[in-house]
Amino acid sequence: MIAFMQNLLGPAWPVVWTLVKIIAIVAPIMGAVAYLTLAERKVIGFMQVRMGPNRVGYFGLLQPIADGLKLLMKEIIIPSAANKTLFLLGPVLAIAPALAAWAVVPFDVDMILADIDAGLLYILAMTSVAVYGVIIAGWASNSKYAFLGSLRSAAQIVSYEIAMGFALVGVLMCAGSLNLGKIVVAQAGGFWQWYWLPLFPLFIVYFISAVAETNRAPFDVAEGESEIVAGFHVEYSGMAFAVFFLAEYANMILVCMLAAIMFLGGWQPLLDVAPFNMIPGFLWLIIKVALLLFFFLWFRATFPRYRYDQIMRLGWKVFIPITLVWIIVVGGLMQTPLAYLFH
Amino acid sequence: MLENYFPILLFIIVGLAVGIAPIVLGKVVAPSRPDAEKNSPYECGFEAFEDARMKFDVRYYLVAILFILFDLEIAFLFPWAVVLQEIGLFGFIAMLVFLGILVVGFVYEWMKGALEWE
Repeated sequence: MIAFMQNLLGPAWPVVWTLVKIIAIVAPIMGAVAYLTLAERKVIGFMQVRMGPNRVGYFGLLQPIADGLKLLMKEIIIPSAANKTLFLLGPVLAIAPALAAWAVVPFDVDMILADIDAGLLYILAMTSVAVYGVIIAGWASNSKYAFLGSLRSAAQIVSYEIAMGFALVGVLMCAGSLNLGKIVVAQAGGFWQWYWLPLFPLFIVYFISAVAETNRAPFDVAEGESEIVAGFHVEYSGMAFAVFFLAEYANMILVCMLAAIMFLGGWQPLLDVAPFNMIPGFLWLIIKVALLLFFFLWFRATFPRYRYDQIMRLGWKVFIPITLVWIIVVGGLMQTPLAYLFH
Repeated sequence: MLENYFPILLFIIVGLAVGIAPIVLGKVVAPSRPDAEKNSPYECGFEAFEDARMKFDVRYYLVAILFILFDLEIAFLFPWAVVLQEIGLFGFIAMLVFLGILVVGFVYEWMKGALEWE
């Protein structure tokens, strides 16, 4: 079959084959995004002792599809004061990097689309682009709420990006590579070999920063519905809003995937012995990502919203000093006989 | 070497397409009945009484500047962190000097109140 297609398409074959692989990555992500929204409503529902959506399909399983269809049938309103092109560019710039970053994510041994050595650098570059979507949307809407929301959101995202970057420097020091696949391989062995243990403070900083990066509760002042309605996407409706919504959830899955790869050993099994290492690697990765995503939902059901000055204080005055100190501690210990702890 | 990056280029294009397609589809399928009220900026039911592009707090600007400095710092740390196991003690001390200078700047901006938001 593949050989036949290869002959048929000739030189265009690599392009088509790569596209097939990309779709094999993107389609499950979009499915996961859709059902993450349902999982969120169900989990929060049960945490608040109610059922969550349960009318559309069995156990509410068709709810995301119903939501999608409803948004599709809603008018896309473009405010008369808005910059039309930028207004429509905003959501596209929000979702494109959230998906494109998956190009270098290793799902299992040799199960990676683009095995490049600058993988982590590429992911950081892509996730940095996402802030443009927020700024452009807030600016182009030409609405006071959108403008304030995008300013807050952008300042918050860039602040926590620093703490995230510093936390990743610790991982690089231990792994000695920017290649995500090699970072996972460096964590081979049982769960005590994963970097969450030697880099525990960095793992905590990374995960909390990830919550702040994605503008999730309790760091969701950018869209704080009680004060600035919905923040930067207040003027968006219909599918233009849906794309922002998808981007937010795709970003959540992405940062959880990164946390699983950097600190929880990616596809490595919990213990490298019989019943555990018979489960395929990508299933381990999915389990880890699902667990981290559950924490995101749990946070939202549990914590009250931070005040903006508290958010900035946490990012600049707590996380950056912690990460700086821990980088120096790790770097120092690596010069001593204790270095084996970090390999 | 470079052909490893070709899937990434394709992936970015697919990502853009995934963003553009729903909006185009929505434009085609959904009704479009604009009127002046509906298209005015949302302000809790009031008429918008001035342009939304107003003056904003300088601290947002300050955060952006500080972000550039620190992000550059991280960009310097990345290659160092990757080869730290090979360059050993000398590399570590060299980076300590560099980080020391950075910390002086960080303490200065902290003391000057650049990180205050109250």
